[in-house]
Amino acid sequence: MGADVHHHKETFVTKYIFSQDHKMISKQYLITGLIMGIVGIGMSLLFRLQLAWPEQPFGIFESTLGKWAPDGVMDPNVYLALVTIHGTIMVFFVLTAGLSGTFSNLLIPLQIGARDMASGFLNMISYWLFFLSSVIMLASLFVEAGPAAAGWTIYPPLSALPQAQPGSGLGMTLWLVSMAIFIASSLLGSLNYIVTVINLRTKGMSMTRLPLTIWAFFVTAIIGVVSFPVLLSAALLLIMDRSFGTSFFLSDIFIQGEVLHYQGGSPVLFEHLFWFLGHPEVYIVLLPALGITSEVLATNARKPIFGYRAMVASILAIAFLSTIVWGHHMFISGMNPFLGSVFTFTTLLIAIPSAVKAFNYITTLWKGNLQLNPAMLFSIGLVSTFITGGLTGIILGDSTLDINVHDTYFVVAHFHLVMGISALYGLFAGVYHWFPKMFGRMLNKQLGYIHFWITAVCAYGVFFPMHFIGMAGLPRRYYSNTAFPYFDDLADINVVITIFALIAGAAQIVFLYNFIHSMFYGKRAEMNPWKSNTLEWTAPVEHFHGNWAGDIPEVHRWAYDYSKPGHKEDFVPQHIPLNKGEEELHH
Amino acid sequence: MTTLLTIAILLLVSIAVWQITKIFQVAQLNQKVDDSQVANDKDNDWNGKLMFAFLVFIYLITIYSFWAWGDVLLPESASEHGKDYDRLMWISMVLIFFVQIITQALLHYFSYKYRGRKGLKALFYADNDRLEFIWTIIPVIVLAALILYGLYAWSNIMNFEEDEDALVVELYAQQFNWKARYAGADNVLGDANVRFLQDFDGLNLVGIDAADPNGLDDVVVQELHLPVGRKVIFKMRSQDVLHSAYMPHFRAQMNCVPGMITEFAFTPTTTTEEMRQNPDMVAKVQKINKIRYDKSQELIVNGEEALESYQFDYLLLCNKICGASHYNMQMKIIVEEEKDFNAWMAQQRTFAEVIQ
Repeated sequence: MGADVHHHKETFVTKYIFSQDHKMISKQYLITGLIMGIVGIGMSLLFRLQLAWPEQPFGIFESTLGKWAPDGVMDPNVYLALVTIHGTIMVFFVLTAGLSGTFSNLLIPLQIGARDMASGFLNMISYWLFFLSSVIMLASLFVEAGPAAAGWTIYPPLSALPQAQPGSGLGMTLWLVSMAIFIASSLLGSLNYIVTVINLRTKGMSMTRLPLTIWAFFVTAIIGVVSFPVLLSAALLLIMDRSFGTSFFLSDIFIQGEVLHYQGGSPVLFEHLFWFLGHPEVYIVLLPALGITSEVLATNARKPIFGYRAMVASILAIAFLSTIVWGHHMFISGMNPFLGSVFTFTTLLIAIPSAVKAFNYITTLWKGNLQLNPAMLFSIGLVSTFITGGLTGIILGDSTLDINVHDTYFVVAHFHLVMGISALYGLFAGVYHWFPKMFGRMLNKQLGYIHFWITAVCAYGVFFPMHFIGMAGLPRRYYSNTAFPYFDDLADINVVITIFALIAGAAQIVFLYNFIHSMFYGKRAEMNPWKSNTLEWTAPVEHFHGNWAGDIPEVHRWAYDYSKPGHKEDFVPQHIPLNKGEEELHH
Repeated sequence: MTTLLTIAILLLVSIAVWQITKIFQVAQLNQKVDDSQVANDKDNDWNGKLMFAFLVFIYLITIYSFWAWGDVLLPESASEHGKDYDRLMWISMVLIFFVQIITQALLHYFSYKYRGRKGLKALFYADNDRLEFIWTIIPVIVLAALILYGLYAWSNIMNFEEDEDALVVELYAQQFNWKARYAGADNVLGDANVRFLQDFDGLNLVGIDAADPNGLDDVVVQELHLPVGRKVIFKMRSQDVLHSAYMPHFRAQMNCVPGMITEFAFTPTTTTEEMRQNPDMVAKVQKINKIRYDKSQELIVNGEEALESYQFDYLLLCNKICGASHYNMQMKIIVEEEKDFNAWMAQQRTFAEVIQ
């Protein structure tokens, strides 16, 4: 990365591998996340082939799945393993670590005006734990009996009993070990983010002047610290049930001709523990994407984000509500119906701050001077999928309506749009916007446009029809629908979905090419290519440990003085002092 | 068919790659003029127009989906609470589509209308408390109404009373099939536990406690028969892993959890025969049989057996991932007149008869 102006001597190992510099760690997160993303998305394409043309032989199955696709036909156990690992990798490894890990690390110190994270050492450990958990998760794919296959929610008893399915043997053990390490990594990272935001803001950077990206990362870290330990406890108790004969989640089981000794446990308890993380996790994935969107939309609309205070308030409201809605995943789990009423109430409440966010984004665009860079397109795309996917939440969050669409493709459509695609768009927006900051070079915009438009069309092409097959009653996680002639008229829709999915997959190759090519041969970036207000663009293009060569800039205004009357340029960076007589908004 | 589609996909991908290379070349040409990789007026212009086109695309895909696949949505309900369920569903759907159409229009229209040009300056507009209050309070009111209606319906469905003449049926799940147990003449299910499954050389299919007199007249079957117009209270059990008893036509679903008994109740309103006569269902079955016929022709050419023609039956599916054959864990449901039901029941053997 060019001249090293740092005063310590850095070796290759301390600079590129065991680096304590938040910018390098952020790149490590991004690249690890992208590799996991390739695996996760690749798996989804494999099982989409099976869903469109069930039980047909494919050469690609033979070459990728080997013995698990005898004569090229996918085995049902492998199908379940693929959906399980796809979900796990996408939710945790790509959209939690890859998105939050990358941009929290890159932006928190740079945007608040700090030389690094509060603890560079913990930050390094956090990344390497994530790396280790990724390696273990990938290693589990090569286990004799196959990887975990109980769904990404790993409900016991299916996940607890090796007799129940081959994936619940060593594959599930590795899944649990990998996730335990992942949670440790996430907690170290989150604690670091929280401490850094609270303690290391530069002079003048009050909480009410923080860019919305930082608010989002900060609150996300708090949700993570509150909820991830609960998943860890669930995982540990499950490990005990599996390996040491305890009965936390198991009771009265007869399997493979044998009555097992377990007494008194309840799978419903596991569901509670899992979703106590599982639902906040949705917002751990989504809030950073929304934070990035706020920043990218305002910068490229050349307008202040509309309703800054309402945006902060809605982030806080979403964060609070997200911890008391987990039961809407369990309306028909057998828990007391009265609890269902309570969770319906809290769940539908969360639509209010979400609606406020969507309306504020739309108003931010109104009368703007929109610079339609690829990052901007992905941010607009995010708002679009966030609305489309979020609206169906009104149906799923209603316990009554959930009865008939629970665990059908309607749910698959809903959460893929509202958290999968939206968060992925947030990740892409972030990469296109901050690539110059990360690598000192620009991504090719034409390839970016191609990437966006194909992806945007295909995202709707894949997930919009899924609402229909879900409403028709088609359950998710079915290896094939041929066992029910009743669903024969849905076969065509599945073919359409798969074709869109394959094209979308191909479009991601354009992105990868652009990413790798531009990293080495892209046009060299200017210091502030998007004419943005936030502090990271006042740091030199060349990276060095410590971010700013001289003093850290002081902050005199909020981050959204775009097109402010009385200024010649259409942006006024945060470190520019107020003019004489100029009023600052909102404090 | 498969080969054709594979070729079509390959063709599309190669067209995409070809277009990419071409656009890339054009981009190279342009670089002499502007290689900043920051959107210029031209980029803003064509991407803004595409944003508008994308709005049209969203509308078109919505209209097309309803036109082509509208008939698969939410099949006719066959239970008493199904009517309530469907009404709430359609109210929610109308609301969702209303909001979806308007917000997507605003989002994409603004993206098109305000596409940037050099020299323009955006409006500095950071706040409007009244506007924000309005669009906070409107969702509050609408959602409050939906919540109230939803909770009312939910409590009607879930807080059923165990009245005397309701039929009590146990649904028993195991990898990978269903069994049903009727309570017999006393309408009380006998105690049961997985510990009893191995008694009587495996004849005790759902683990009834032979010491409990209530269980002796219980009847265990592999096909679910329900009398029309009579409330059925289901008690769900599972012997191994989680399963979920999903009966889409009755708007009914409940998980089956090892170690506990879960409950759901509904009153069937339409017999299987009546449902088969339903015009929508007739059309659907015709469509399915046409598909099956076409596929059979293909199979016969390949020397395989033709598919059986399809006749409608109510479904009980497993809807909680439960292992390799999860996708094929089903039971036929037959809704019939009370007298037919009684006649069928009279032919079944009670638990006492089975274990003798």
